[in-house]
Amino acid sequence: MKQDIILAGVGGQGILTIAAIIGQAALDNGLNMKQAEVHGMSQRGGDVQSHLRISDKAIYSDLIAKGDCDMILSVEPMEALRYKPYLAQTGWLITNSTPFMNIPNYPEQDGLEKEIYSIKNHVLLNADQIAKDLGSARAMNIVMLGAATKYLNIPYKSFEIALQIIFGRKGQNIVDMNIKALAAGRKFADEKL
Amino acid sequence: MKKLMLLGDEALAQGAVDAGCSGVFAYPGTPSTEIMEYIQKCPEALQRNIHRTWSSNEKTAVEEAVGMSYTGKRTMSCMKHVGLNVAADPFMNSAFVGANGGHIVTVADDPSMHSSQNEQDSRFYAKFAMIPCMEPSNQQECYDMTFHAYELSEKYHLPVMLRLETRLSHSRSGVQRRDMLPENELKLPEDRNQFMLLPAFARRKYKHLIEIQPDLTEESENSPFNWVEEGKDTSLGIIASGLAYNYVKEVTIRYNCEYPILKISQYPIPVKMIEKFMDNCDKILVVEEGQPLVEEMLKGAIPKDSRIMGRLDGTFTRDGEMDPNKVAAALGKETRTGESLPEIVTGRPPALCVGCPHIDSYKALNDVLKSYVEDGQRHVFSDIGCYTLGFLPPYNAINTCLDMGASITMAKGAANAGLFPAIAVIGDSTFCHSGMTGLLDCIYDKTNLVIIILDNSTTGMTGGQDYTGFGRLEAICIGLGVEKEHIRVVTPLSRNFEENVQILKEEIDYKGVSVVIPRRECVQTMTRRMRALKKQEAK
Ligand SMILES: Cc1ncc(C[n+]2csc(CCOP(=O)(O)OP(=O)(O)O)c2C)c(N)n1
Ligand code: SF4
Repeated sequence: MKQDIILAGVGGQGILTIAAIIGQAALDNGLNMKQAEVHGMSQRGGDVQSHLRISDKAIYSDLIAKGDCDMILSVEPMEALRYKPYLAQTGWLITNSTPFMNIPNYPEQDGLEKEIYSIKNHVLLNADQIAKDLGSARAMNIVMLGAATKYLNIPYKSFEIALQIIFGRKGQNIVDMNIKALAAGRKFADEKL
Repeated sequence: MKKLMLLGDEALAQGAVDAGCSGVFAYPGTPSTEIMEYIQKCPEALQRNIHRTWSSNEKTAVEEAVGMSYTGKRTMSCMKHVGLNVAADPFMNSAFVGANGGHIVTVADDPSMHSSQNEQDSRFYAKFAMIPCMEPSNQQECYDMTFHAYELSEKYHLPVMLRLETRLSHSRSGVQRRDMLPENELKLPEDRNQFMLLPAFARRKYKHLIEIQPDLTEESENSPFNWVEEGKDTSLGIIASGLAYNYVKEVTIRYNCEYPILKISQYPIPVKMIEKFMDNCDKILVVEEGQPLVEEMLKGAIPKDSRIMGRLDGTFTRDGEMDPNKVAAALGKETRTGESLPEIVTGRPPALCVGCPHIDSYKALNDVLKSYVEDGQRHVFSDIGCYTLGFLPPYNAINTCLDMGASITMAKGAANAGLFPAIAVIGDSTFCHSGMTGLLDCIYDKTNLVIIILDNSTTGMTGGQDYTGFGRLEAICIGLGVEKEHIRVVTPLSRNFEENVQILKEEIDYKGVSVVIPRRECVQTMTRRMRALKKQEAK
């Protein structure tokens, strides 16, 4: 079992939390993992990505090779497309549809969606809206993770346990909210098929 | 013990603590910052009360570490690669005076310049100083090497360099800890001459350093971190150092290549090992992260050995970091390139945060300069920090970024050449790092210039660390000799725009050294501070 995942977004959107949860869940299942993060300059509103590799064998490279990525999980639609050169033919692109517009020349939404539809395996969801409907706009990234769980080779239950571990010290309310957000994202992915 | 999921930086920090380190000395700099940040939170470090506050700059950090080593305690200094330029003087000379307690100099390089002005390779500094260098290839080695490096440092009474790169510093993986070693007892040097570099002693020390070089090489030949992996296909042998070893393993396993591999993670280079390895292989591919150090050494000045491939013969690009695709291509494997980048995707460069105080400072500066020079003809000397982003549109406010502190001294040089108005824009942390001495030059010379110290009360660019001169900027300026009336503190807010423009104008018109301090907290730091406050109140 090996899964190479690229997490994408804009600095400050919370992709490292997603990485931490997947990492925790992977660890729980006795899998090896490596996760390359971006710190520094680009965190000031620039594009950020994290290479997350999970395997039951030894993992050497911290970076994923182009054309090898099994999943792009993005909290922003244009950022999802930035890593298309990494996506394997069989890979999944799972992205939030809500744009993060902090540049003057942000492309047309229609054009972006057309590009996303042209990728065979894709899931496009308005995670911002889903999170808002649940009453917690900040759980957008967990909604995205929920959608991704369908295509990750880790039991769903492990993600719930990971949420408990990672959000536990913030109180049970926060944990429950995130577990709901996870379920809502998953439901969207399940219903898509 | 359960494995910890740690960044390379964190694994190294935990390793230092567990190996009995009594103090870490550092100035922030990507990708090295998380070493000190980890030490500042690490329960074992807190329990032992290991020294863990920031230094003013990398030079003071290395000197402080040498002082701790003097007392027999284990210590570590850490910095980013360009920080070692600042610390080069104590670093080079510490190879002469050596170490009493183990001293690890940790330097994190940034190939591909993700957050840096250049991509210099610190291994050259270790070679220059003639000290051992260790180059971990993964997080576990980051941890284990601290133990090894301290032993080596104390065995030879030499500082030892630990070299990291961005991808290892900021990549997380499982790390197995060992039992903690006790800290060293305080034990002052027995040899009164050890830390004395009067020429007569320095000459002797240099001879000694030269004499032990073969021993250091022998250590590398026997290092547990250098090894040969046999392979059936000897048409090619791969010499891979540090992090690059990972990419080689990744690709050779994937494509079932059976080439022998020589991994180098401890320097000086293991000469006998390399010689034997090269004798058994027809061609040699050198894969190293950074500049071609090993490759150049193997080729020598006259590159007649055409068997050697690497960055120098064009097999790899001369610049930029390694990755699995580059290694696969060098091995003649057809690399999967995936699909091309869709045209619709545009760049998203980093930018100043919404509400950043620097924005208001730049607006006022741009406006005041209109009355002195034509729009588009502004020349403002600046420095390194979040505020460097003021170079980009829509601000277009500054013209230069050379090295930390250079805004003041470059503005002075230009003023000395007759430029008016001569303006330097520098961050508060940068000012305390290396702006103060430049200011003293201006005072001494009575230079006509305006120095704007952007006081956002934090080291913003590297994630909001505190800094040594916090709350003391005016006192420092007065102490250095700036006249009180020409130290002007303003609040960079849009409602103060007119007033701030007026104050800048007055100081530009004053013929002498003026310091203007726009003071408003970085919005990110403020948010973090508020959150921490709330948490504390909840308790
Ligand atoms: C010699 C050296 N050390 C460290 C760094 C990393 N670095 C870049 S900017 C910066 C600090 C900036 O802080 P400040 O001057 O307060 O400006 P701010 O980012 O807060 O606007 C640091 C530590 C560097 N580039 N060079
Ligand atoms: S981190 Fe602080 S100093 Fe840097 S751009 Fe954001 S608000 Fe400004």
